[in-house]
Amino acid sequence: MPIQYYLFLSMALFCIGIAGTLMRRNAIIIFMCIELMLNAVNLLLVAFSKMWHDASAQIVVFFIMVVAAAEVAVGLAIIVLMYRKVHSVDINILNRLKH
Amino acid sequence: MINLVYLVPLFPLIGFLINGLGWRKLPKAAGGIIGSIAVLASFAVSLGIFFEVKDGASQTVTLFEFIHSGKLIIPFAFQVDNLSALFLLIITGIGFLIHVYSTSYMHDDEGVVKYFAYLNLFVFSMLLLVLGANYLIMFIGWEGVGLCSYLLIGFWFKKREYTNAAKKAFVMNRIGDLGFLVGMLMVLYNFGTLTYNDFFGMLKGGNVAISSSTYNWIAICFFIGATGKSAQIPLYTWLPDAMAGPTPVSALIHAATMVTAGIYMIARSGVLYNLAPFTLNIISIIGTATALIAASIALKQYDIKKVLAYSTVSQLGFMFIAIGAGAYTTAVFHVMTHAFFKALLFLGSGSVIHAMGGEQDIRKMGGLKKHMRITQLTFLIGCLAISGFPFLSGFFSKDEILASAYANNPIIWACGVLGAMMTAFYMFRVYTLTFEGSFRGTHEQEHHLHESPAAITIPLVILAILSIIGGYVGLPEIMSEHHMLGSFLSKVVTNAESHHLEHGTEWMLMGISTVLALIMMIVGYVTNKKPNFAENKGLAKVLENKWYMDELYDAIVVRPIEAFSRFADRVIERMGIDGIVNGVGKLVKLGSDRIRMIQSGQVGFYIFVMVLGMILLFAIGIFGFIN
Amino acid sequence: MDIQQILFIVLSAIAIGCALGVVFSRNPINSVLFLILTFFAISGHYILLNAQFLAVVNIIVYAGAIMVLFLFVIMLMNLNSDTEPQKNWLVQLAGAISGGILFLVLLSALVSATKTLPVMEQGSNDLGLIKNLGKTLFRDYVLPFEISSVLFLSAMIGAIVIGKKEDKFEDVH
Repeated sequence: MPIQYYLFLSMALFCIGIAGTLMRRNAIIIFMCIELMLNAVNLLLVAFSKMWHDASAQIVVFFIMVVAAAEVAVGLAIIVLMYRKVHSVDINILNRLKH
Repeated sequence: MINLVYLVPLFPLIGFLINGLGWRKLPKAAGGIIGSIAVLASFAVSLGIFFEVKDGASQTVTLFEFIHSGKLIIPFAFQVDNLSALFLLIITGIGFLIHVYSTSYMHDDEGVVKYFAYLNLFVFSMLLLVLGANYLIMFIGWEGVGLCSYLLIGFWFKKREYTNAAKKAFVMNRIGDLGFLVGMLMVLYNFGTLTYNDFFGMLKGGNVAISSSTYNWIAICFFIGATGKSAQIPLYTWLPDAMAGPTPVSALIHAATMVTAGIYMIARSGVLYNLAPFTLNIISIIGTATALIAASIALKQYDIKKVLAYSTVSQLGFMFIAIGAGAYTTAVFHVMTHAFFKALLFLGSGSVIHAMGGEQDIRKMGGLKKHMRITQLTFLIGCLAISGFPFLSGFFSKDEILASAYANNPIIWACGVLGAMMTAFYMFRVYTLTFEGSFRGTHEQEHHLHESPAAITIPLVILAILSIIGGYVGLPEIMSEHHMLGSFLSKVVTNAESHHLEHGTEWMLMGISTVLALIMMIVGYVTNKKPNFAENKGLAKVLENKWYMDELYDAIVVRPIEAFSRFADRVIERMGIDGIVNGVGKLVKLGSDRIRMIQSGQVGFYIFVMVLGMILLFAIGIFGFIN
Repeated sequence: MDIQQILFIVLSAIAIGCALGVVFSRNPINSVLFLILTFFAISGHYILLNAQFLAVVNIIVYAGAIMVLFLFVIMLMNLNSDTEPQKNWLVQLAGAISGGILFLVLLSALVSATKTLPVMEQGSNDLGLIKNLGKTLFRDYVLPFEISSVLFLSAMIGAIVIGKKEDKFEDVH
């Protein structure tokens, strides 16, 4: 496949992820859209790794997954904590940054 | 000895520092001793300098570099020559006598050490004024004496009217000082230097580029400074009010030294004034007017010190008449003799006031000659001197002034004679009302009357002797070949060209003025022997109220300025400036309140803006590079 | 058409369709399921690109662990389509448009940029094999590898600390 196909695919997934982040009010769904964006990037990196015959891109993908996993763990813990306080995961209500 | 000239102002400065810093701790007697010794030491050095200068030595002694900025070089230097040596003697000599007098006069006052500190500071400033080798040093001394006169006039600061008088003196001096400053700046701008030798050299050498109107402007500006300091019209009203200070202060500052600073300055700048004849005319007119108006006011004053104050203003007017005629040495001569007899008169009045327990109204005095012989005799000598009694000091100097006035303009001479007649009259009026006749005061005051102690009477005697013999240094041409003072001074002071009077004319002038003065003396004595103090009406009332000058100034100057400052406060300050400053604050607060709304806490909105920013950056980055 | 091309197109269609499903479905559980499907499609792409190790790791880590975690949290909060809050349609439209614009910008940029890139080799190569990957990892990237273990440790501790049940006396502020 020419690299453009993978580029476009990855970009489409990335933009869908962004659209989702902006459109949804549920904090968990937003989190999932972020994961979607990360995966889009992973896909692109693997495609480039094949193009340039460089294994380090795949190593980077590996590390991205590592970081994503850690991030999900901590992020969900925070969301659970907020849910205990406010009993909702609506980001319009989670506006304590205002103060 | 000339190289030690820095000692002359240094001694009073040390005296000021000791007395000034330690006035709470030093015993009362110590203040007077320290002050007097300081001035005596200065007098000794001045004497040495005078003899050296008389033999022909005169130089500029530079102490240190003061201002050196690009082309502007003003060293801190003293000019020791005939003119300044003479003034040094007058200042330190009479200053010493007054210090001694003050030790007795002020010995009861609780601030007496502070008083001597101020006196020493004053002497220091005055010495700087006359010793300076350039206008800037003179200006430092000029300001210094203004400050000290404020401090000393308001010395008894607990009375509001005294402090008001001090403020008035200072403010009027300041107005004059502005003229002086502008004059200095014009000299600097046109000639590039303030040092006398350089400046006068440039003037003598002739400078075609400078127009005569520039000379006149500079001369007028300096003269405005002189009107403030030497109490001429229109800046003279402070001097009568300055009598609020202790009497020795009036004697030193307002009779002998500070008020003569203006004369000194013009005499020093004679070369400049010779090139500005228009200004000399103005000076003549103002001097004449001042002499007449002040003398007329003195005719109807009832406070002994006020009479002397107006007399001082009037005599200063005479000095300016001489200056206006271009006879600078004559003016300096009168400065010297006036210092002698006016200080004598003031100190004598101080003795009288002391004996009367603080009373200054001559209507309550009378017949004091029975109780205060020395004071009476010395006061009489002073009156005779100032009225121009033949062969006393005042006779010679006043005649010289009148002669120069006649050579200038006979009308001025006539006014001068009128002034001299009034002088004779009011001086003898004061003398008679105080010392002759019968006592008109209360019984307690009568019991209190006594002759003053030696510290007061000895300076009186010394000054009386000087008033008698002081005129012989200035014998006119018709009497002798040598005018010692004139020839002494003319090495430094160049009089303007003037008509030469024939001997016959001079004798006639002398005769006329002497006869008239003698007549007025007798009239003054006779009319006041048995006085009748009716209420004054008409012209007498106007004279008693000083031609309503203070009220005039109040209406013309003070009220408009107060109205303007009220306006400035309400409109410009409160609404304008405060409005702007507060407005800026309000604007910032308003803006920040609006902007604060952006921080909504909505994460979704944050992400949205972030994405928009990303888009923007991508677009710019990518398309920017392509282009 | 190549079998590879057909596979590519199918997998891409599945990926994009499920991604849209994630964004637009009402029920959060449906979103999670769609996302899992998306991950499978992406793993398929990895295999097509001969990155076998990554494909497997993707499934195990993402689909297996992370998504399960998401499911647990959603079920804990008892979210379903009734309680799902909705942004008003204007904001949603703005979001969609922003995503679209971003897509277009990137598209136009990359169209002109990729004309000079080398063509990808068809067929397999050894690059994605676990043996080669392992060699690169432990030779050049061993430090990040160790640090990532520290990262995991801190994430675990952080998650536990944050998620602990508080005592009743602690104040919220």
